Amino acid sequence: MSTRAPGARASGRTLDGGTAASLPARVLRHGAYEAAAMLRNGEQLVLAIVLPLLALAALVLTPLLDAYGASRIDVAAPGVLALCTMSTAFTGQGIATGFDRRYGVLRFLSTTPLGRSGLILGKAVAVAVVLAVQLVVIGGAALLMGWEPRVDGLLPAALLLLVGSAAFTALGLLVAGTLRPEATLAVTNLVWILLAAAGGVIIPAAGLPAVAAPVVALLPSAALGDGLRSALVDGTLDPVACLVLLAWSALSTLAAVRWFKWS
Amino acid sequence: MLTATPALEIEGLIKDFGPIASLDGRMVRVLDGVRLRADHGKVTVLLGANGAGKTTTLECAQGLQRADGGSVRLLGEDPAKASPHLRARVGVMLQAGGLPPSVRPLVLLRHVASMYSSPLPVDALAGRLGIDEFGAVPIRRLSGGQKQRLALACALVGRPDVVFLDEPSAGLDPQSRTIVFELIRELRADGLAVILTTHLLDDAQRLADYVYIVEGGRTVAEGTVAELTADTSAEGLRELRFETVPGLDLPPGLLPHLFHTEDEPGRYLVRGPLTALDVARLAEWWDACGVLPTAISLAPRSLEDVFLDISGRSLR
Repeated sequence: MSTRAPGARASGRTLDGGTAASLPARVLRHGAYEAAAMLRNGEQLVLAIVLPLLALAALVLTPLLDAYGASRIDVAAPGVLALCTMSTAFTGQGIATGFDRRYGVLRFLSTTPLGRSGLILGKAVAVAVVLAVQLVVIGGAALLMGWEPRVDGLLPAALLLLVGSAAFTALGLLVAGTLRPEATLAVTNLVWILLAAAGGVIIPAAGLPAVAAPVVALLPSAALGDGLRSALVDGTLDPVACLVLLAWSALSTLAAVRWFKWS
Repeated sequence: MLTATPALEIEGLIKDFGPIASLDGRMVRVLDGVRLRADHGKVTVLLGANGAGKTTTLECAQGLQRADGGSVRLLGEDPAKASPHLRARVGVMLQAGGLPPSVRPLVLLRHVASMYSSPLPVDALAGRLGIDEFGAVPIRRLSGGQKQRLALACALVGRPDVVFLDEPSAGLDPQSRTIVFELIRELRADGLAVILTTHLLDDAQRLADYVYIVEGGRTVAEGTVAELTADTSAEGLRELRFETVPGLDLPPGLLPHLFHTEDEPGRYLVRGPLTALDVARLAEWWDACGVLPTAISLAPRSLEDVFLDISGRSLR
């Protein structure tokens, strides 16, 4: 330890104080910081990369999806991308936020120039970055396994992924900002498993029992899964799926703004 | 030039806590008229027992809590609506630290620095506070004192004009404590307004230019340490400590106007408006008991006495 303060100013200086970095710089730097934290975390990596890869392999090797299309990988890949969105935006981001809240990290960072809005925007950037990594890895693996997505469906798919990740990020924040972190951990994992199994993510909502199908179709998971399948298998933008996701984004953002507790 | 306007001015601050503050019957009023003014180039100390309202007061000043009444002006602005520009001029060290356990100290410090356009050089600051010695160890494995030093660095890295330090010496070993106190005095010399809370009277006595005593959610006393401990009565208030064999009972009639107790076995404390005659009476009693204390000390009224007088309870 040295003895003189770095950047020490002579006493009696003019008080001009610290200055903030620009808003885009703050948000992008925080996004990069959180994305790096998510990608460095072993459990998050399992959730973000390993489980989706296993799901992809299992769906191609088993006849589970044979009723929904000629090519297993073409039906499987969009669903697995929807699964990736849920794991990153909802489960991973929710758990990280819940524990940051517990440890006072949210409070501390909101006193810096980043502020509360910058913190949330930064988290959205981090989700987008991790999702992009997943798209490259999982999408790349699917292409190697013979996936042939419709080129005219890529733009609708990108749109759905964007709205879908906004909806699941807001839902993750809502859970993290209202429950204890242990409860957030349990709830986001449980919901992820339930939605993955029966929420229309991997198995189309139409393939579920007739009683459940219309309800499931209104879930954000089914809207994203079915929407991505119609985009990447048929090359069409599913307007109902799009509206359902927009509604979930709007409602869960409003709810998170209203009920999110910072400490 | 130091500005004449205060860095922080709080008047009649009121804060209620409850599940739904405005509707719930179980609502608790935690702040009920706190007054505080902090100037540039001064260390202002908020002193109070646990639960007195120190941290809540700071949180209202930092914009982390919204006041339910009264006024709070931080550098002339309302902290509840703080702009990034205002936040850049204010450094905050939270009581619990606010540090993410899985992150490495230097990664966090660099990240916080990146929120400012002209932060302090991170390496020099880390060296000064000894953070470079554990810069790559995940925060969860740091000692309490190491975390405190990191939280302090995070509060200072943006070159603030005002710093809030909530219990800055908690968990510090003597060496770190000296470094932190030295740094706080330098910040003051540089013209910063340093606002800190503590429940350690010794810290307050060593650092404070001005002290506010908070009790039951309101400011109950204020002044410089000298003003607060000054002898206001003609007799003054002093304390005498002596050490001898344990278990001696002071005869009830010996010092009727003074408070006395055996703090620990063999350590006695007499407090009140002591006179030379009282000391002589004690000496006669020692002689009668056949003891001679191994240590005797007389001290003026301490901040602790002031606090006891005002709040009727101890800080610890």
